Amino acid sequence: MSRTLYEKLWDSHVVHVEEDGTALLYIDRHLVHEVTSPQAFEGLKLANRKPWRVSSIVATADHNTPTSHWELGIVDPISRQQVETLDANIREVGALAYFPFKDKRQGIVHVVGPENGATLPGMTVVCGDSHTSTHGAFACLAHGIGTSEVEHVLATQCLLQKKSKTMLVRVEGKVGAGVTAKDIVLALIGRIGTAGGNGYAIEFGGSAIRALSMEGRMTVCNMAIEAGARVGFVAADETTIAYLKGRSFAPKGGDWDKAVAYWRTLVSDADAKFDKVIEMDARQIVPQVTWGTSPEMVTGIDGTVPAPEDFSDPVKSEGVARALQYMGLTPRMRIDQIPIDKVFIGSCTNSRIEDLRAAAVVAKGRRIAANVKLALVVPGSGLIKAQAESEGLDKIFIAAGFEWRQPGCSMCLAMNDDRLGPGERCASTSNRNFEGRQGAGGRTHLVSPAMAAAAAIAGRFADVRELL
Amino acid sequence: MEKFIKLDGVVAPLDRANVDTDAIIPKQFLKSIKRSGFGPNAFDEWRYMDHGEPGQDCAKRMKNPNFVLNQERYQGASILLARSNFGCGSSREHAPWALHDFGFRAIVGESFADIFFNNCFKNGLLPIVLPKAEMDALFGLTEHTPGFRLSIDLPAQRVVRPDGHAIPFEVDAFRKECLINGWDDIGLTLRHADKIREFETRRRAEQPWLFA
Repeated sequence: MSRTLYEKLWDSHVVHVEEDGTALLYIDRHLVHEVTSPQAFEGLKLANRKPWRVSSIVATADHNTPTSHWELGIVDPISRQQVETLDANIREVGALAYFPFKDKRQGIVHVVGPENGATLPGMTVVCGDSHTSTHGAFACLAHGIGTSEVEHVLATQCLLQKKSKTMLVRVEGKVGAGVTAKDIVLALIGRIGTAGGNGYAIEFGGSAIRALSMEGRMTVCNMAIEAGARVGFVAADETTIAYLKGRSFAPKGGDWDKAVAYWRTLVSDADAKFDKVIEMDARQIVPQVTWGTSPEMVTGIDGTVPAPEDFSDPVKSEGVARALQYMGLTPRMRIDQIPIDKVFIGSCTNSRIEDLRAAAVVAKGRRIAANVKLALVVPGSGLIKAQAESEGLDKIFIAAGFEWRQPGCSMCLAMNDDRLGPGERCASTSNRNFEGRQGAGGRTHLVSPAMAAAAAIAGRFADVRELL
Repeated sequence: MEKFIKLDGVVAPLDRANVDTDAIIPKQFLKSIKRSGFGPNAFDEWRYMDHGEPGQDCAKRMKNPNFVLNQERYQGASILLARSNFGCGSSREHAPWALHDFGFRAIVGESFADIFFNNCFKNGLLPIVLPKAEMDALFGLTEHTPGFRLSIDLPAQRVVRPDGHAIPFEVDAFRKECLINGWDDIGLTLRHADKIREFETRRRAEQPWLFA
C-alpha cells in the first residue's frame, strides 16, 4: 500500500491508538526555550514527576535575550528571571545540549537545532513554539505545541495527536533571479489564505522546492504555520544528507551509513494519494510584500494596495478596511511607493547564512536611505554570526549603515528591546505582520532578506531584481 | 483539569476573522513564569487606551469604549463568539489561559487555528465549530438581544439557543471524555508507560543515532 511521507512518519511513531483514532506518538527531539517552558517544568515538579528522557532535550534562550550590550547582561528584570528560570531548570533536569545566553552556539531554537545536527530526518520534533514546523525541511514530523504539551512530552516522551489530512504543495519550474524561498511561501499563503492549511500537514514538493538549499526549505516550512498548517515538510534527498554530514549531533561512522539508507526512504511513494494538491508555477512568482495585518494580505512588488470593496465577503472586507487603517495605507497605492522607517533582517524564518549573504549582495557598496532610522541585521545564532564575519558580511552591512547585532529572536516579536514605535513602518524578514507584533502600533511588511535590503537602500519598497 | 459538562452563559461577540494569539495576549505578558493572572491583559491592545506592561494595576487603566468586550451588556460573559481561524499565530498557551482567566469557558466559532484549538482542551475551555450560517444567526441574535445567552451541552454535543433551536457540533470522543471527567492527560498517558518503554527499546535498537 503506497503511503505519503506524512503517513510514513506518523506510522513509525505510533505507540498506542485510542478508539477514536487519537494516537500516542513517540517524540524523538524536544526543543526547549525560556518562554513556554517554565510552567511545564513547574507542573512536572508539582506532580512529583521525572522527565522521561532528558537526552531528547536541546535547549537555548532566544526570545528574551538582548542583541546588543551583552556586557550588561539582561537588563529587564522579568526577562532575566525567565532566562534564569530556564538555566535553573536545565541545570536540575539535564539535556543533550544547552546553549545558554552568551554561549557561542546560542541562537534561535529553530536555527540552533538543525545547524548542530540535532534535527535529523525521520524524527518527530516538538517545541513550545509554532515555528517548529521549520524542522520539517529535514523530512521530520515537527509540531509546535502548547505548554501543557511541553509538560506532557517531558513526562511521557509522547504526544497525543489526531492524524491530519495531507496536502501536497507542488511548485514546479525555476524561480527568477531575486525570487527566494520566502517569496514562494508568501505567494502560497496569498493564494490559500492563513486558514488554508488548517487541519492539514503540508508536504512541499516539485522542482522549485527540490532546487532549494536546506536554508530555503527551512524558510518555506517555517511559514507552513502561517498557512494554517502546524506541520510542513520536504522529502529527504541528497541536499538533506549533504547538509547533515559532519554536524555535531549527526550520526557518525557505521551509524551514518545506516541512517542515510533509512533517510533515503523518507519520500512519498510515487502513487501516494493526498487529500488536497495545490500546484504553483515558480516562474510566475515575483518578490512579495505584505500590505496588511495577516500574512495572507500580500502582493507582488509590482502590485498595489487593494480596496475593501474588492472583497465580497463582508467579514473579509471589514478586515481589509481595519488592516489598511492600522497600516496607514490607502487603496490603490503602489507597493513600491510605500516609504519605510526601519528594517529588520533576522528571525527563525530568515536569519541563516544564505539569508545574510543574499542581503549583503544588495547592500554591498550602497548606503541605507536617509529616512531609514534603523536597519538591524540579527544573525540566527552565534555560529552564523561567526561564519558571516569570516566572510566579511558584517563589514558590508556596517559600511552600508546597518547595525550588526548578537543572535536571538529580536524584533520578530519584540520581547527584548528591539521593537517598533507606534506608527513606525518596517520591512521585515520575519513571519508575522499581526497588529503590534513588532511593537505596539508598529506596522510590519513581510519580505525576503534581499527585498529588505533593497528597501533599506531605497527608503521604500523596491524591486530587488533591479538592484542585482 | 477543570471539568466541562454543561454551560449556560452570557454570550459576547468578537466579529472579526483571524484573531491572532498576539492580539489575545501580547508578547510582553509572556515573560511571566506563571500559568495564572493573564485575564486582565487579555486583548490588552484593543481593550485599553494606554500601552500595557506587566505589573500594572489594570483596574486603574482607561478602557477603550469602542472595544466590544468592554460594553456593559457583555460583562460576565462566559461564551465568546468568533469568526474563522480564531487563535492563529503563535503556540502560546497563554492565550487560552488569558481567555479562561477572563471568564470564558467556551468559544463558538467558524473555525480555529490547530494549535490554539488543541491548547483549549488542555485548559477546560471548549472550542466549538459551527457552520457559517449558524454563526451569522448567533452574531445577529447576540447583537439584537440584550443579555443573550446560550446553553452548551457537551455530553449531548449541542448548543441550544433560548428559542429552543439546537445546533449539533462535533468533538473528538477522546477529548470529550477528558473534558467531561476533567482528566489529566499525563496521568492517562502514563497508564501506557510499558508500551512507551517497549517502543523506545525497539527504536533504540533500530535507530541508535537518535539516542546519542
